Amino acid sequence: MTEHNADVVIIGGGIMGCAAAYYIAKRGASVLVLEKEDSIGSGGSSRNGGGVRQSGRDPRELPIAMHGIQHIWPTLAAELDVDVEYCQKGNLRLGKTAAQLKILESLTQKAVSCGLDVRMISGDEAREINPYLSREVMGASWCPTDGHANPLLATLGFYRKARQLGARFISGETVTAIEKIRGRACRVRGAQGVYAGGTIILAAGLGSRPLAWTVGLDVPLQPLLLETLVTEAVDTMFPQMLGTAAADFYGHQSVHHGSFVFGVTSGYEPYARPGLPRSSAGAAAAACRSILTYFPALEHIKIIRSWAGWIDDCADHVPVLSFTDEVPGLILACGFSGHGFGISPAVGRLLSEMALDGRPALDLSALRQSRFAAK
Amino acid sequence: MLQDRTKNTGGFSPAPDDGLIICRCEEITKGEIRRAIQDGLLTLTELRRFLRAGMGLCQGQTCGRLVKSILARELGVPPAALEPVVSRAPVRPVEMQVLARDQEIDHD
Ligand SMILES: Cc1cc2nc3c(=O)[nH]c(=O)nc-3n(C[C@H](O)[C@H](O)[C@H](O)COP(=O)(O)OP(=O)(O)OC[C@H]3O[C@@H](n4cnc5c(N)ncnc54)[C@H](O)[C@@H]3O)c2cc1C
Repeated sequence: MTEHNADVVIIGGGIMGCAAAYYIAKRGASVLVLEKEDSIGSGGSSRNGGGVRQSGRDPRELPIAMHGIQHIWPTLAAELDVDVEYCQKGNLRLGKTAAQLKILESLTQKAVSCGLDVRMISGDEAREINPYLSREVMGASWCPTDGHANPLLATLGFYRKARQLGARFISGETVTAIEKIRGRACRVRGAQGVYAGGTIILAAGLGSRPLAWTVGLDVPLQPLLLETLVTEAVDTMFPQMLGTAAADFYGHQSVHHGSFVFGVTSGYEPYARPGLPRSSAGAAAAACRSILTYFPALEHIKIIRSWAGWIDDCADHVPVLSFTDEVPGLILACGFSGHGFGISPAVGRLLSEMALDGRPALDLSALRQSRFAAK
Repeated sequence: MLQDRTKNTGGFSPAPDDGLIICRCEEITKGEIRRAIQDGLLTLTELRRFLRAGMGLCQGQTCGRLVKSILARELGVPPAALEPVVSRAPVRPVEMQVLARDQEIDHD
């Protein structure tokens, strides 16, 4: 087996691995990314709904989301030289019943106490922001700085730019173990090679858990299946990101392209058949029924494609971004729990700081893996 | 298949037919496809994700083979050596209101 070397070896070529590789390569360090699939970004990173949101985020994750939205997303397209279709025109989370408005109010209060600009608005105010909303909508929470972007373009945009800066990517290579020498993680074993790194970043989505086990660490991750629909491109209707208190769908219209992307929930997310992610039979139809009650004007728009994807749901629904005392040299970056896309540029930068400076610029202590140690 | 993506594929050199539209639904030209390949998008799946070539109304039924032959030529491999792409439901575009009435959608 050939031995390869880099300052940093990253396991997983999803958006986290690609973004970290970009920020590391930009600072002149050598970086090697190992991806098990033939194509870069074949996990959640190419399957998600594109939400770039702060509203609804846990207080432990919110500072990362806010940092990315304030400092990275606005200039990302120029930086990567790829139109990532970022659109920051706000998020409407919609309610149709008094009980749903209560849910929105409590979410809003929590976010406000964390310093986020989000507020409750009436149904009519919501219809002023988005005239396509039906009369059924009684109220909404409104976060004007939220938005959406195109995850496929962002993932491959990070990959493309990282590669231009000299990052090395090997696809079709399944990592089977992380190896320690004198207590320190310094090598990764793949099906077809051995890769030595000064620092190892584990960003393999659900694949992270069995790899963490190989060095005696655990991250409590569970697979959940989420589904997505995309429509034909139509003329621009509205730019906001959408969500609902009922969580029956979320979505947006892509800027510059015109297709709608909708996230769909089946209600059976933890019970999906293991293996390749498959769209379930009824979820798309149920989602369309829901969507049309909020947006009747969409009825003649055609769905052209549907797909499903696994999320790496962490026991407390926020990621693990962490060094560990047990395994120096290893950085864990997994458990993004279905909302990693929006924070991915900021996470990539934080990972580069952890790998190259030994500490991230934001305080990530609430996301340490040791929070799961038996109490 | 193991692929070290550092390998140089030759770099982009303009060709007279670069303006040719290959994917009519998404209006993607041969030049855009060739440039993306030279930028490191080395599989049919990555080209779909990066350019939306074959991702419009006809879902690549018209241009699928053309894109495949362009990728094969740029990489210097036979088209048959390229991994196939995945087709997904619905088989034909379906209006949201029709799908909403249906209880089911045909799945791959
Ligand atoms: C349907 C859906 C909708 C979503 N909607 C949103 C949204 O609107 N907003 C939002 O912020 N987030 C959303 N998410 C979540 C978001 O997609 C993820 O949090 C994010 O993409 C995580 O990126 P990642 O790089 O950690 O994981 P992944 O993209 O899963 O990448 C991990 C990579 O590691 C590779 N890998 C695994 N095991 C190994 C191994 N042993 N060796 C080598 N490589 C390996 C995998 O093949 C994969 O490519 C959604 C997710 C899904 C599935």
